Amino acid sequence: MNGIPFFPEQASKAAHEVDLIYYLLTALTIFFSLAVFAGVLYFVIKYRAGSKVDRHHPPSHNMKLELAWSVIPLFMSLAVFGWSAKLFVEMQKPIPSRDALEVIVIGKQWMWHLQHPTGQRENNTLHIPVGRPVKLTMISQDVLHSFYIPAFRIKMDVIPGRYTTMWFEATKTGTYHLFCAEFCGTKHAEMIGSVVVLTPEEYEQWLKDNQWGMQSQQRIETMAEQGAKLFTRLGCNGCHAPGSEGGPPLAGMYGTQRALTDGRFVTADDNYIRDSILEPQKMVLSGYEDKFMPTSPGIEEQQILQLIAYIRSLKEMPAAAAPINRNEAEG
Amino acid sequence: MSAATTSQHKGSVNYLNCDYSLKSWLTTLDHKRIGLLYLIAILIFFLIGGSMALMIRYELLTPEGDFLMSDTYNKTFTMHGVALIFFFLIPSIPAVLGNFLLPLMLGAKDVAFPRLNLLSWYVFMAGATLGTIALVAGGVDTGWTFYTPLSSTFAHGAVVLAVSAAFVAGFSSIMTGVNFIVTIHMMRAPGLTWSRLPLFVWAHYATSLIQVLGTPVIAITLFLVGVERAIGIGIFDPKLGGDPVLFQHLFWFYSHPAVYIMILPGMGVISEVIACFARRRIFGYDFVAYSSLAIAVLGFFVWGHHMFVSGQSMYAGMVFSVITFLVAIPSAVKIFNWTATLYKGSIHLTAPMLFALSFMGLFTIGGLTGLFLASMAVDIHLHDTYFVVAHFHYVMVGGQIIAFLAGLHFWWPKMTGRMYPEGLGKLSALVTFIGFNLTFMPQFILGYMGMPRRYHSYPEEWQVLHVLSSAGASVLAAGFLLTIGYLIWSLWYGEKASANPWGAKGLEWQVPSPPPTENFEGKPIVKEEAYHYSPELHEEEKEYEHV
Ligand SMILES: [Cu+2]
Ligand SMILES: [Cu+2]
Repeated sequence: MNGIPFFPEQASKAAHEVDLIYYLLTALTIFFSLAVFAGVLYFVIKYRAGSKVDRHHPPSHNMKLELAWSVIPLFMSLAVFGWSAKLFVEMQKPIPSRDALEVIVIGKQWMWHLQHPTGQRENNTLHIPVGRPVKLTMISQDVLHSFYIPAFRIKMDVIPGRYTTMWFEATKTGTYHLFCAEFCGTKHAEMIGSVVVLTPEEYEQWLKDNQWGMQSQQRIETMAEQGAKLFTRLGCNGCHAPGSEGGPPLAGMYGTQRALTDGRFVTADDNYIRDSILEPQKMVLSGYEDKFMPTSPGIEEQQILQLIAYIRSLKEMPAAAAPINRNEAEG
Repeated sequence: MSAATTSQHKGSVNYLNCDYSLKSWLTTLDHKRIGLLYLIAILIFFLIGGSMALMIRYELLTPEGDFLMSDTYNKTFTMHGVALIFFFLIPSIPAVLGNFLLPLMLGAKDVAFPRLNLLSWYVFMAGATLGTIALVAGGVDTGWTFYTPLSSTFAHGAVVLAVSAAFVAGFSSIMTGVNFIVTIHMMRAPGLTWSRLPLFVWAHYATSLIQVLGTPVIAITLFLVGVERAIGIGIFDPKLGGDPVLFQHLFWFYSHPAVYIMILPGMGVISEVIACFARRRIFGYDFVAYSSLAIAVLGFFVWGHHMFVSGQSMYAGMVFSVITFLVAIPSAVKIFNWTATLYKGSIHLTAPMLFALSFMGLFTIGGLTGLFLASMAVDIHLHDTYFVVAHFHYVMVGGQIIAFLAGLHFWWPKMTGRMYPEGLGKLSALVTFIGFNLTFMPQFILGYMGMPRRYHSYPEEWQVLHVLSSAGASVLAAGFLLTIGYLIWSLWYGEKASANPWGAKGLEWQVPSPPPTENFEGKPIVKEEAYHYSPELHEEEKEYEHV
């Protein structure tokens, strides 16, 4: 690249419209700054001390004028606000799509750890296909971080104790900067990496190339498969298997409204499941007051996300799913 | 107003020469002396914070880390922020110029509570001492924002000392605020109605309200960080059962209004300077006066604009965004009204006036670029980048520090009894304006390119912009050092100042320069509105030597 770069590449669906608002604001800034500058310069020259001009009856105020320069900028501001808020909502909303790619992101001092739903893991690099919506579900193991891809014009804080999510769709293949934007301590400036946008075919190939485990010659498992194994290993299936009386059945519960003993209703989303695994007594399901669920000390963020992936996979076929998984886990 | 005292008696007793002993300074109840005590204290922190800024800029000359890396770099920008925000910007205009001028402008002998005023300086110095100890005892690596749980659990610097320093300094800010509010209510000279108050006083009234209402919240918040760090009670760290985002709400509930603690007094200074050197009553006095109050009130409801990507609810974000757009309006009104004040004026381009015009340009850019960050969709991209850094330096340095310099030059003759060298003053206004823009204009572009703040290293393609910025910082530093140099020089060698070298209106110009300890002989009576200038008359009679 020659000379001084002025704009980052536009490589996501939202980037173009973000830039349009940026251009508009830049134009307004230049216009108003030049207007003030020109006004000041003109008056300073015309009314400099000693110049022979009419200075009689300088106005002390002018209600109409003052209202005008209050109200006109007000309406301009509200217009920019409206446009920007509309785009903000669009950028936060899930992109409607059957085949969104859901990648999990775990931030920790000082690296990014990512896992694809098909099980592939990577550090500080994210491979994604072009033209397919991507949803990141992110959590931090320690302090605040922030996942920032300038070429996509997106950023979201990565917080300990709670999932945050981010949607985007890459529109251009290439390699782009990935930064941690929230100051996170000693090596904050080294918590960087890259996002590699591939064609769908290249992405499939990349998945294939990385489907073998590091040490073993075994094909890696999907996140849901890993979750299923954990589900058994941690003893969750003792109470949550279909037909069991011990705890509420989990098949098909993802995304539903759950009635709690304290009368509240909560949506069974990722954060709800995470909280229920870590602090089972915090939100007790109505009808299970007398049941006790043990915690799993030492469970890692990655494992919780795998369990969530498994529980979500139970959605479609509640009756059949559990036994199959149990067999797999034993096998 | 009563007849101006234009002659100054040679060898007369004033607040400076009445007693030279150190004890008389350290036990003084005179608001003017306390103002000078603050000036000396904050100058030290300006030099500390400023040299750290230079170190940061020189580190960023190359893409890779050179001499400030990781913890050292992090500690440098943290202390840069802490020193300049808590120990320079917040006290700068209110504690120095406000202390010196409020009683004079109101026709009073002193502030309402002179002992509280002195106490506030000692409390400030206690905070400053703690801050210095924190610096010497290893520094702090959290950023001036002290975000949790980094600050409360993970950082390894002297965090408890640093938050204690800001905590203690906060009380001095509250004391000054209470003192000013009571002073403005109770101590106005006969005839000095609210609608006749100088706009400097209005601005300080609004500032004091924020100081009194906002500062306790930051005090409690920083206290809680200290408690979590020292005793491990879970408030902000989720591992201890706390909520890390709660800290951000509490922190910005104060720290956004604190931006107005830093900028409103500057706006007050600009109103005084422009009125004097345009020889005009400020256009739309009422709008300018009430806009200060509007800013103070609305400023309390916008804190969430720092948190659009923190995971806060989308709808909360929208409310914070729209109120932020609203709070921009009163600031815009001020800029337009100052511009209109020049119309049919008789304009004298003295150094203070040049600084004031510089302020108008830089603050306009600073304010408008705030709207980029208020626009949620654009802020997703710009948050925590150099765009934010550039924006708040345009407001804090281009706004507040330049306004402080305008005020310091304007009232220097009153405070010290000496004129600063006018030619060098004008040169300084020019050099700081050029140096400032060269430093921070490239940072807007860097920010849009995606350069995150608080990085000591960066991708190679951004080096040109960083080098430009560092070059600008050197020019800016030269401008500031030049100013400090000739102001100190003028204390001994400057031309003696008359009571009213600028031909300015306002009660402070009716007393000798420097003023006697008791300010006024008898009680002044105010019979006219503020800024009773007449540009057409001024053109005929040329009576003042310095304009
Ligand atoms: Cu990080
Ligand atoms: Cu703010």
